[in-house]
Amino acid sequence: MNRLIVSIIIIMLSIASVFVGVVGIELDAILRGDSHALLILFVSRLPRLTAVLITGIALSVAGLIMQQLARNKYVSPQTGATIFSAQLGFIIAMVYFNEAGKKMEIGLAFLFAMIGTTIFMIMVQRTKFKNVIYIPLIGMMLGNVISAVTEFISYRYNIVQNLKDWSAGNFSLILKGNYETLYICLPLVIIAFIYANYFNIAGMGDDFAKNLGVNYKLVLYSGLGIVSLLTAGVVVTVGSIPFVGLIVPNLVSILKGDRMKMTLIDTALLGAMFLIVCDIVGRLIIFPYELPIGLTVGVVGSGIFLLMIWRREVKRAA
Amino acid sequence: MLKSKRLSKKYGKKTVVKEVDFHIPHGKITSLIGPNGAGKSTVLNMIARLIERESGDIMFKEKDVLEWNSTELAKNLSILKQSNSLYLKLTIKELVEFGRFPYSKGNLTAEDREKVDIAIEYMELDDIKDRYLDELSGGQRQRAYIAMVIAQDTEYLMLDEPLNNIDIKHSKNMMRLIRKLCNELHKTVILVMHDLNFASCYSDYIIAFKDGKILKAGNAEEVMTREVLEEIYELPVAIHNIEGRNICVYY
Repeated sequence: MNRLIVSIIIIMLSIASVFVGVVGIELDAILRGDSHALLILFVSRLPRLTAVLITGIALSVAGLIMQQLARNKYVSPQTGATIFSAQLGFIIAMVYFNEAGKKMEIGLAFLFAMIGTTIFMIMVQRTKFKNVIYIPLIGMMLGNVISAVTEFISYRYNIVQNLKDWSAGNFSLILKGNYETLYICLPLVIIAFIYANYFNIAGMGDDFAKNLGVNYKLVLYSGLGIVSLLTAGVVVTVGSIPFVGLIVPNLVSILKGDRMKMTLIDTALLGAMFLIVCDIVGRLIIFPYELPIGLTVGVVGSGIFLLMIWRREVKRAA
Repeated sequence: MLKSKRLSKKYGKKTVVKEVDFHIPHGKITSLIGPNGAGKSTVLNMIARLIERESGDIMFKEKDVLEWNSTELAKNLSILKQSNSLYLKLTIKELVEFGRFPYSKGNLTAEDREKVDIAIEYMELDDIKDRYLDELSGGQRQRAYIAMVIAQDTEYLMLDEPLNNIDIKHSKNMMRLIRKLCNELHKTVILVMHDLNFASCYSDYIIAFKDGKILKAGNAEEVMTREVLEEIYELPVAIHNIEGRNICVYY
């Protein structure tokens, strides 16, 4: 996987993405400075594009860090209870702190994501039976328990319908002014890149880290903090999107191995590319309507996921 | 330079190491032997601070290991445990480069690269250094991990059962390389060993453990005697001196 080629593909898809939509805008209209075309470009299309790219980067990098820390390839914000916990925090902010705004929403989503993921990690470390499939199953069960609490709250306050709208990932509502919270993800990804070696070493285990003089617990909790904040940023701004954090890091690992300092950039690029492809496809299939991003990502992602498991079985049999 | 005083460890109510005093001779190979659960690995882990001790001191270069700064300790003392998970897909070279982490924090200097190359060459992994760990045989993988601690360039090296899961040919090769490390690079090596005859032939000093206590410590010839081995393993053994080495027969 060549970074240059992937970057070029992303740029081309980004340009295409800007011109896909119910209201047609043309290149010469933009160049002419047509105010209507410019309005659509800057208020809707570019914000949407930015949101798609950042979300793809954020979720795949969060997945990469989590797989290292949990030492399991099938752990991700989705299968490690992070997304569901962030949703719980988000809904509590909506119900109990209605007027407090985005900062409170992200803050609570982050806090809950951190608590939920930490509980998951403690369960992982206490589990003697470290089967690769069993660990994410624990995460999914924990996630379901947490989302049951979320549903209970939403029944209680009669907002079951709204819960569905908020929780399902959706880029069609992204407009200038309501997606900027996502920018919080960018510095986090840079921090993750700077400290990539630490996460790598933590991924080799507690004893291994100590032998190299690395404070394992500090790295573990900093990593979980980054994962939780990335996830909270996405959940609050665009909603939850499955599979990205699970399959993108795995694809990169198959192609390029697990040296994180090398693969983090690839993971981010591939995540952005994957999500922009799914977004464009979802907008074209039933044009002028669009499919929810969760659906396209789910179909493509589960296909790739099955291939991955199949490949693993084949490899084990060989 | 490395010694303990009244070192103890309890797991729950069970005392696994009881007020142990030992000293590790500098620049030599020391093997810790004894039955399962005798406390050998526990002692090794306590020296490396991987598990907490109950009481007692472990002095390393005039300072208790607990008082050492983590990074400084990692430049002076390294440990390799017996089970190293293979969860990560890393090449041998990438793994060995992590051995330089205490020095460079990941941004390798020319000196770091040189040490990495030397370590890889030393463990005779040069022609497979770009292969992934999960494609290797048990012996090659074990050598890769040892190459990593060699790159770490510590004066003291502790290996917990380095011969685990390796066949006779590769075991011999491994012990030869460990001997070379001690003789040529002047490392102090501490091993936890189960194969008594390998311990006898390749170590200078042996510490025999039983029930959390040291039963006997001394030169290989002093410890490899019928009395000591029969007492620690509770099994009749015969000792034969073959080519100047005490060989233990217990079959």
